[in-house]
Amino acid sequence: MEYLIWTGWTLLYTLVIIVGVLIAVAYYTYAERKVMGGMQRRQGPITVGPFGLLQPLADGLKLFSKETIIPSGANRVVFLLAPMMLFALSLIAWAVIPFDKGWVLANINVGILYLFAVSSMTVYGVIMAGWASNSRYAFLGGLRSASQMVSYEVSMGLIIVCVLLCTGSLNLMEIVEAPRPVWMQVLLFPMFIVFLISILAETNRAPFDLPEGESEITGGFMVEYSAMAFALFFLGEYSAMILMSAMTTILFLGGWLPPFGMAFLAFVPGIIWFAAKTLLVMFFFLWARATLPRFRYDQLMRLGWKVFLPLTLAWVILTAGILMSFDALPNMPAEAAVSQDALTQIEADTSDAAGLSETSGIEDIND
Amino acid sequence: MASEDLLINYLPILIFIVIAAGMSVVMILGSLLLGKQNPDPDKLSAYECGFDAFSDSRNKFDVRFYLVTLLFIIFDLEIAFLFPWAISLGTIGVFGFWSMVVFLTILTVGFIYEWKKGALDWE
Repeated sequence: MEYLIWTGWTLLYTLVIIVGVLIAVAYYTYAERKVMGGMQRRQGPITVGPFGLLQPLADGLKLFSKETIIPSGANRVVFLLAPMMLFALSLIAWAVIPFDKGWVLANINVGILYLFAVSSMTVYGVIMAGWASNSRYAFLGGLRSASQMVSYEVSMGLIIVCVLLCTGSLNLMEIVEAPRPVWMQVLLFPMFIVFLISILAETNRAPFDLPEGESEITGGFMVEYSAMAFALFFLGEYSAMILMSAMTTILFLGGWLPPFGMAFLAFVPGIIWFAAKTLLVMFFFLWARATLPRFRYDQLMRLGWKVFLPLTLAWVILTAGILMSFDALPNMPAEAAVSQDALTQIEADTSDAAGLSETSGIEDIND
Repeated sequence: MASEDLLINYLPILIFIVIAAGMSVVMILGSLLLGKQNPDPDKLSAYECGFDAFSDSRNKFDVRFYLVTLLFIIFDLEIAFLFPWAISLGTIGVFGFWSMVVFLTILTVGFIYEWKKGALDWE
């Protein structure tokens, strides 16, 4: 009986998340057109429904009823598998996102690792699409897109390591709730900026939207797709954008906690704060798209490998060094955090350190 | 028991994956079956600005894409090492810190070599 209730609850929660994400995606596309319209002194969609609010549904229906074209030279199975994979991947990452204190489907203790792994896998979808289409544009677009995504993933990973050094946990809820003094926020702020830029590149958005670059390769890896297969790419991309916004919120903006630790704002439900902060980052995506011209490919790679990678790598060492020298690391053994003597004690018998770390590592896992 | 508890945490993810995969299959198949399909040879040829494709599109591509991927593998592995290190730095202390610094220094030397060799230049 208990299992039945549990299964039913899980199924319900899963469906709520999926439907919620799909509605969010639909209205994110609407918001994008409205915001871009506003920034370019146009109106955006206004015809379908009041204020054009039914536009996303009309678009969805249209794409659903169109003909699915599978090019004669394409590998049919892989061709259809690629959009499905991208779409499914962009959804399943939501399973570990905590929307409020305790509001999480799967509270796993390696949540951030799971997110990182899932967002890495999207590269496969892109490569599969580019390869299976058997078209020059798609092939070039797939190659470009794949190497762009992996380039920025490296700096994203290193930024996440910086955050982990400060929070001392891979669990997303614990990352949100870990105490962050002001100096720690100052230390992480440059990484926040780099992270914002990296998520633009990771989701192939303007100004890093070279994979689609319609003026050079006419839509990149998506060029041969039509109907629902194209719609799934589209949904996947926007879902990934919202996911990255949520990830930024969790890592840097304090998730469901009130902003700037203002305790008198705590009466507002956490989900509201989470949504507001996520919307802020989502708006940043649109703002960047309406403002910035597209990068050139060599500039993109230079920024990724020659600027972000050395910077973030150095920042990991800097963060670790500062936390180390001020005894501010989380997960410190109690006696070491209390007195300087104990720290030098640990330093003294470094031969024990390996054994010590092993046992305490196991304790951490059991937590 | 502890490991069972650990695994039970992942069951919702499995359910989620099954539902998400099922949904994408249903969406594609639904559109394939319900949409009007009317293929003809010209429509199904690969898009290439109106030309017929001259040759197979899967031909040689720039070796730098390959280099970037190789570099990525090295650095991504390194990040995989850094994750547990970052979590347990408080317990492994100064010794752990300096071991990682040595490891990163070796990697950085390789990175500088790669940079000087021009593997990161795209012209």
